[in-house]
Amino acid sequence: MAAPSPLPPAFEAWFSGRGWSVRPHQLALLEEARAGRSTLLVAPTGAGKTLAGFLPSLVELAEREGRHDGLHTLYISPLKALAVDIARNLEAPVHEMALPITIETRTGDTSAAKRTRQIQRPPDILLTTPEQLALLVSHRDAAPFFSNLRRIVLDELHALVTSKRGDLLALDLARLKALAPQVSAVGLSATVREPADLQRYLGGAGTPAGLVTVAGGAKPRIGILDTERNLPIAGHTTLHAMAEVYQAIRTHKLTLVFVNTRMQAEFAFQALWNLNDDNLPIALHHGSLDAQQRRKVEAAMADGRLKAVVCTATLDLGIDWGDVDLVVNLGAPKGASRLIQRIGRSNHRMDEPSEALLVPSNRFELLECRAALEAVHEAAQDTPPPRIGALDVLAQHVLGVACSDGFEADALYEEVRTASPYADLTREDFDAVVNFVATGGYALKSYERFAKLRQDKAGLWRASNARVIQQYRMNVGTIVEATMLKVRLGRARAGRPGQPGMITRGGRVLGEIEEYFAETMVAGDTFVFAGEVLRFEGIVENEAVCSRASPGTDPKIPSYDGGKFPLSTFLAARVRAILASPSLWHTLPEEVSAWLHAQKRISRLPQPGELLVETFPRGGRFYLAAYPFEGRLAHQTLGMLLTRRLERARMRPLGFVCNDYGMACWTLGDMTAAIARGALDLDELFSQDMLGDDLEDWMAESALMKRTFRSCAIIGGLIERRFPGQEKSGRQVTISTDLVYDVLRRHEPDHILLKAARADAATGLLDIRRLGEMLTRISGRIVHQPLDHVSPLGVSVMLEIGREAVYGEAADEILAEAEAMLTEEAMA
Amino acid sequence: MTVAAAMLAKRPGATNEAFMLGRLALVPDLSGALWLPEERTLVVADLHLEKGSAYAARGVMLPPYDSTATLVALGHAIRRHQPARVIALGDSFHDRDAENRLAPETRATLSLMQQGRDWLWITGNHDPAISRAMGGESAAEIVLAGVALRHEPAASESEYEIAGHLHPAAKVRMRGRAIRRRCFAMSARRCVMPAMGAYAGGLNLRDAAFRPLFREGLSAHLLGDGRLFRIDPRLLLPD
Repeated sequence: MAAPSPLPPAFEAWFSGRGWSVRPHQLALLEEARAGRSTLLVAPTGAGKTLAGFLPSLVELAEREGRHDGLHTLYISPLKALAVDIARNLEAPVHEMALPITIETRTGDTSAAKRTRQIQRPPDILLTTPEQLALLVSHRDAAPFFSNLRRIVLDELHALVTSKRGDLLALDLARLKALAPQVSAVGLSATVREPADLQRYLGGAGTPAGLVTVAGGAKPRIGILDTERNLPIAGHTTLHAMAEVYQAIRTHKLTLVFVNTRMQAEFAFQALWNLNDDNLPIALHHGSLDAQQRRKVEAAMADGRLKAVVCTATLDLGIDWGDVDLVVNLGAPKGASRLIQRIGRSNHRMDEPSEALLVPSNRFELLECRAALEAVHEAAQDTPPPRIGALDVLAQHVLGVACSDGFEADALYEEVRTASPYADLTREDFDAVVNFVATGGYALKSYERFAKLRQDKAGLWRASNARVIQQYRMNVGTIVEATMLKVRLGRARAGRPGQPGMITRGGRVLGEIEEYFAETMVAGDTFVFAGEVLRFEGIVENEAVCSRASPGTDPKIPSYDGGKFPLSTFLAARVRAILASPSLWHTLPEEVSAWLHAQKRISRLPQPGELLVETFPRGGRFYLAAYPFEGRLAHQTLGMLLTRRLERARMRPLGFVCNDYGMACWTLGDMTAAIARGALDLDELFSQDMLGDDLEDWMAESALMKRTFRSCAIIGGLIERRFPGQEKSGRQVTISTDLVYDVLRRHEPDHILLKAARADAATGLLDIRRLGEMLTRISGRIVHQPLDHVSPLGVSVMLEIGREAVYGEAADEILAEAEAMLTEEAMA
Repeated sequence: MTVAAAMLAKRPGATNEAFMLGRLALVPDLSGALWLPEERTLVVADLHLEKGSAYAARGVMLPPYDSTATLVALGHAIRRHQPARVIALGDSFHDRDAENRLAPETRATLSLMQQGRDWLWITGNHDPAISRAMGGESAAEIVLAGVALRHEPAASESEYEIAGHLHPAAKVRMRGRAIRRRCFAMSARRCVMPAMGAYAGGLNLRDAAFRPLFREGLSAHLLGDGRLFRIDPRLLLPD
């Protein structure tokens, strides 16, 4: 007798009606689900991951007698748009099989009435985002709402777990498992280096989920563009290659052109339109554009009305907007996993190869593209190590739990530790977090009477009043956006000398830019935005007022945010290996191998495991160039700390620059001579103890550290988020987290929130962990090369000068320079 | 010699000396206080004591050390100048209930500072009445050598005044980096002092509120880490 089909007849018929057969991994997930086990599905794009994730739920719901009581399946996606898209895709089989299953989404766009109804009468399947899940879990009816939950489907899990959102989601998963012990979870993921990390995340710290792997489909066809024109020695524009990129767009159906930053997106979009003699429909898509404009582009893609879209990470994740047959990556991919993800956007059928073209913008980036290409062919990944759960996120979660049913401290501590990022959380830290949420957790106990959490008679911690709950609901989530300014068209009229001119607004809003970017501009600066060259006029309230620049104006792009994705450690090691192996260079473009040979002749090649430091004079100043290959963020921290030390060594440092590969700083003192006579010791200069007192001193005033603290203070619920329209109303003086940081640091340096901020700094904007690892690695292995002039590698770092010069942060020096600009008029 | 003056002596090119407001000599202090040497008087503005606990009462648990931090800064200024009189230029207490929330130790520190010298609380919009329990005297304003000292600037064109209330701060950008600091805003008639309170924050000098006060000119003296800096107002940026 033949084994009975694992699928109900309706499903069998539906599959065969499409000429499909159910795939082995889909059946495997069905079996795992029937056994009540959580499972991680690792599969390449196009393997039918989503259907595999939902199939067990659909079968179970189809086979039930009568209605399921309450919510059956919860789906979580990192993007609202993806949740909506999946809901639509899921409607098709449900409709075609006429299954009595209700499917709904719950996002920020869902109306209040529908939200209330969803709590009272939940659908069978609900699709939502981590933030909305946090709100549901903190709802006072969370326990009955989730009591019958059977399945959780987590999409794009590899992308979710790498940030604080992943910490929050892990805590909410732990909560769901406590509310619904019968629930099992399935995680859908692209290929990752360590599936075991995700299995632990999904199943819980002590009970890792099972694993189902689908072997990768056809190998992608990836090329590195070999341009007619020579590859520039520095720069990030890829302008030299635009004609060839344009040709590639012409010969394909739909091309996605990925870039790393918004500014690059703007630049590439404009460059392509300058070449667009055929008037091809080429569009732009990035996070600062007006949402409506983005929706239009997405719709046009889906309808096949576009030929190419220039985009940033906003299109990285798995939404199918159209039939993409070529992916172009402008600039270096910065990480192998990101590249694999982007390439997967092309050709969503597993058995056909994706096609991709890498376009390096300078010679270093060519080496990086090479390294990434090899990594992709070996399917090697550089996913970061699993996170250690952030304490500010835990604080938010603790408040959330207190807002729903309340908690017993011992039980919540045990529950939290089942979330893998928090497996090693100490009881001391947990208690400190609870105290922080309740009364601020200060050594000085003066806020007891204002406590936000109080223990009831049964010992349960609960929110003290309705306002606390309201505050929590307004501030949920872990994404703290940089302050954004609207970009509005307007005009400036000249004012009297010494008085600002009048700026008139009234034009339309083109999108948003980061406040710090607007701050780097002065009136008259031109930049590219929303595909046009704009002239910056000034900031009025919370808007950056700009006018259209006269036709033919060259944009001046004063800021390049290349640091958004620092070079991954994994790719860095591969780039170093290429540099150290001249036998491989014959495969490189001629100008690149000539550049490396020149470096070998004039200076030396940095060998793996050592740090090459060059010193040379130039234009009356003295330079030091080092090549750690640790990414821009770590180099920036290194530069800040080195300039402090050079100051103490009386070398009179003036500034430094860095890129992903190296850093250069310059001084008035002759470093080559000082090293020669023993007055400056490189081993001491680069010794690990710079991460001690020097770092502490610098963090006291570092703007980056203050930004990090601000984000922890918002996520942890110390201060409230500011919402658009709320800020800068008249002359209202808002409380500044910088003031809070100063006071807290001085009076309670071990406070839990400072601990959270320091932990962030180790991996975030300051990348201290990576810098520390580098300093350990090169200790005693610094090779000094004195030179008469700059080396070929050095040029490519030095050319960053003027593009993104970063100076030491000594405020007084900057103020003194401003003071020196005092004119005679003003003195009068 | 004051710390600021000592700093000036060491740094040629520094612009901060004593300023004359009518007949009254003023020496701005790095702490944000103003030293009147001839009157042996130290003036401080906008201490906003217990602002932290005022937020805590609304569920925003700011670190409860702001009153201590503010009084430490004030204590340093007092030790430097040994004034015979201290004048607090209004908004010394963040709200009417602040006096009651002051920790006993903080109250004791304040008493200690008041010993052996005159102490005058000028009233402000946040603290329109100050109880006797806080020591010293209180008044709506006082005139010294023809200069009125009051909380809110009166914007009169015909008198000299020293005021607080506005919390002046200034922002300047150099070499791609913006720096925002508290500052003294001065003209030939008027000095608006920076707020000394640890959580007091600052209002940008480019704000319209300053315009009617400085029609005849403005000089901005920013509080640096080691000294004061006089910055050309045309270099000042809005927030």
